[in-house]
Amino acid sequence: MESTQIKNQVSPKDYASNQEVKWCPGCGDYAILAQIQKVLCELGKKQENIAFISGIGCSSRFVYYMNTYGIHSIHGRPIAVATGLKIARPELDVWVITGDGDCLSIGGNHFIHGLRRNIGLKVIMFNNRIYALTKGQVSPTSEQNKITYSTPYGSIDYPINPLSLALGSEATFVARTIDRDLKHMNEIFKNADAHKGTAFVEVYQNCKIFNDEAFQRYTEKGQKENNTIYLQNGKPLIFGENNQFGIILNNTKPEIINLNDNPIPHENLWIHDTKDKTKAFILSQFTFPGYENFPSPLGVIYQTEKASYEELLIQKMNEVSQKRKPVSINKLLSGTKTFSYDE
Amino acid sequence: MKTIEKIQKKSVVIKFAGDSGDGMQLIGYQFTYNSAYNKNKSLNFPEFPSEIRAPRGTVAGVSSFQLQFGDENVLTPGDEYDVLVVMNAAALKVSLKNLKENGVIIANENGFDLKNLKLAGYESNPLEDGSLENFQLFSVPIEELTIEALKDSPLSKQDKERCKNMFTLGFVCWLFNRTPDNIVEFINSTFSKKPEIRDANLKALMAGYNYGETSESILIQYEVPPAKLGKGTFRGIMGNHAMALGLVTASQKANLPLVYCSYPITPATDILKYLSTYLNFGVKTFQAEDEIAAMCAAIGASYGGALAVTGTSGPGMALKTESLNLAVMLELPVVLINVQRGGPSTGLPTKMEQSDLLFAMYGRPGDSPVPVLAPSTPSDCFYIAFEACKIATSFMTPVIVLSDSYLANGAEGWKFPKLEELPEIKHKQLSSSQKIDNYYSYLRDENMVRWWAIPGNPFTIHRIGGLEKNPETGNVSYFPEDHQRMTEIRKKKIQNIAKQIPLQTTENNINEGDVLLIGWGSTYGVIETVARDLNEKGYKVGHVHLRYIHPFPSNLQDIIKKFRKVIIPELNTGQLVKLIRDQFLVDAIPFNKVQGIPIKHQELLNFVLTQLK
Repeated sequence: MESTQIKNQVSPKDYASNQEVKWCPGCGDYAILAQIQKVLCELGKKQENIAFISGIGCSSRFVYYMNTYGIHSIHGRPIAVATGLKIARPELDVWVITGDGDCLSIGGNHFIHGLRRNIGLKVIMFNNRIYALTKGQVSPTSEQNKITYSTPYGSIDYPINPLSLALGSEATFVARTIDRDLKHMNEIFKNADAHKGTAFVEVYQNCKIFNDEAFQRYTEKGQKENNTIYLQNGKPLIFGENNQFGIILNNTKPEIINLNDNPIPHENLWIHDTKDKTKAFILSQFTFPGYENFPSPLGVIYQTEKASYEELLIQKMNEVSQKRKPVSINKLLSGTKTFSYDE
Repeated sequence: MKTIEKIQKKSVVIKFAGDSGDGMQLIGYQFTYNSAYNKNKSLNFPEFPSEIRAPRGTVAGVSSFQLQFGDENVLTPGDEYDVLVVMNAAALKVSLKNLKENGVIIANENGFDLKNLKLAGYESNPLEDGSLENFQLFSVPIEELTIEALKDSPLSKQDKERCKNMFTLGFVCWLFNRTPDNIVEFINSTFSKKPEIRDANLKALMAGYNYGETSESILIQYEVPPAKLGKGTFRGIMGNHAMALGLVTASQKANLPLVYCSYPITPATDILKYLSTYLNFGVKTFQAEDEIAAMCAAIGASYGGALAVTGTSGPGMALKTESLNLAVMLELPVVLINVQRGGPSTGLPTKMEQSDLLFAMYGRPGDSPVPVLAPSTPSDCFYIAFEACKIATSFMTPVIVLSDSYLANGAEGWKFPKLEELPEIKHKQLSSSQKIDNYYSYLRDENMVRWWAIPGNPFTIHRIGGLEKNPETGNVSYFPEDHQRMTEIRKKKIQNIAKQIPLQTTENNINEGDVLLIGWGSTYGVIETVARDLNEKGYKVGHVHLRYIHPFPSNLQDIIKKFRKVIIPELNTGQLVKLIRDQFLVDAIPFNKVQGIPIKHQELLNFVLTQLK
């Protein structure tokens, strides 16, 4: 009796396929894969009702490692493919696995339109700020002056801001997490799963081979405390190894306050409100030009409730079906006006 | 009482031409349907500028609609017209060259004022200067008469003037001794919520009709006998509409929900328009952000178990190439409808051409075989759409349908089928609880077709992708032998389709002889007319019209062998001819035209005659 119970107990391993995982040793992708398997297990999801759709790039191999349905599609298009699947089968859990190049460069159009449509996809974008599968070229999120295989004298391109772009595309769930913080990833993926409509999660992901230590300042002890800020809804913006920094908002201008020197009450600090889009936009700008001194925000930046595409589609179909008299297909074929020949 | 000369004709070619805002397309279609309801067979050829409203009164802004109607032998819109209706000077300028000698001109005299003459490039008024003396000219102040007839209407002068097309249509109905019943119904239903516009249009229509009856200057009337099309019930149908109906019907027959993903593009957009009104048949339509997304979404929907279809034209087809190749690799059913137009690039958006055939056949990286079908008439779009869905879902493959703008916008009487008369669709989808022993994603049947396993089924959980795989496990594989075998399987699977499609027959039942005309797509009518003409003259000329182009019907070679010569007329610079030469090593002779207009009966006839010498 007891042994059957143990056998029936689902473990994260049940969400892993029998395929050997072939990412480079030390790649951040391993941690993300493990965490998603764990989350699905903890949420008690049935494998057959889940589909993972990916594009092209290291991260997109993800699909082959899941014991769920899935399509490893083509470069930049996973959101488009996933959209069709979700339209056909709204009841499925459809996750999109994409990278910074896949999602923001070649797939940019699908990204903005997927978000504005608010279709129920969980879009997990692995951001390693490099094209890794093609052996190290600048990506749309690479910093300026970066030296890579395709930019031996330094890149002249300015990086795109994924979170700002998502907000500008009317996304209803925008979050960021990081491969080295397992607990945080777990929490954010669960929030994404629970969200109705498109959930966009940027995951800072280290590429050991072509862009190692790109996120070191957000992951290493002694650095990460002062360079990241963990957002929690309704809580003041405080960070630092001893929580010594707070952020206040002067109209639209954020300022870092050293709370040791200037112990202002916490309620006077910027209180994170996931529903406030304007503030979310300012947060999304942190670390980008003009906001270089601010910590990188991790957590749910913005979330709002809005009917999802599939909800509206089903609603529309029901409305029309109720309003219009039911007709048979034969009636549709004959149309309203026919004529007959006798010979 | 005036004496009217009754002209008896087996068929008549009429052309309506006017400004692109004059409503010529509308009255053209209404007259087409009127022909159908009066039991004439008809074929039409609309021509319009790609601009929505090109500058008024100019030659560039002329929109026209040509129609041939008559007995059962009518298969084309005709070469030269018997009757030309022109709303202004520019329309006359553009259209006069194809009017038959002694043909009838009905001209709206009000469209020939100094401004219109100047815009059209006339130095004097052709209605008055005697230059039209070889024709029968009826100069009618259509605009004036329309406004006069509507003097009690509350509409503005401009709105009244817009009813002049209905006056014209009413008059034309009288000219051909037809009752305008279907047009009255059309006006009533179209303007049911705008009674003032409805009444004005009805009044203008009847005023035009009565003008024919009473005018002292109009002394001819045509009599065209009904066509013998066999017993049955018919309706009027346009190609894009037939295509949409074919898809819905296939969806019902296969018991698969239809998901149509598309991006607006001329001349395919109307398929989306029609399907978006069929939500109550469970049809889901998705207007994507671009052509690529439309095709990708169709693939996603297909993976989910829907009957997935996308529609486009040449430029969109180019964008869908990448994802079409993914569908080939995934072996998922998707129907891709390409309503062809003139190319390359943006080309001629509103004009007809058949120049995407080689692209459909070969326009993909890698060895990537895709079945190609082509409808031959507007109503055949229904059957080809149905057939494409059937092949896609029973062979687990994307299928390309090549229609064109002539078929899309062409209308004809159609002896529509009932659902129960159509063949079954035996698709490969597994139900959500169906168990297959030792299932893996690329497990195949005797035709090399894999199962259509869909999410929700706990027994068939699998991943598929664009990478090459091992035939035995479906897992990613880069082994040389695996790629060789998978490439061969994909090819063989498509070849196997030839076993299930009908054998080819000749259209005119001439199965051996001097010349075999092989056509495909919208050239059906003109090729068949030429073949029949030559048969009447005693020549043994056969006509094969291919609806299945890839793979070819398995007996095509046997037919070809029985003729001394093969001629392949196409609206391109020679595409089918390459396929036929390649597959059958036959010295087929091309006949080509790329002017954005149909092949003329006379030009093809002359060409074939020279080859018969």
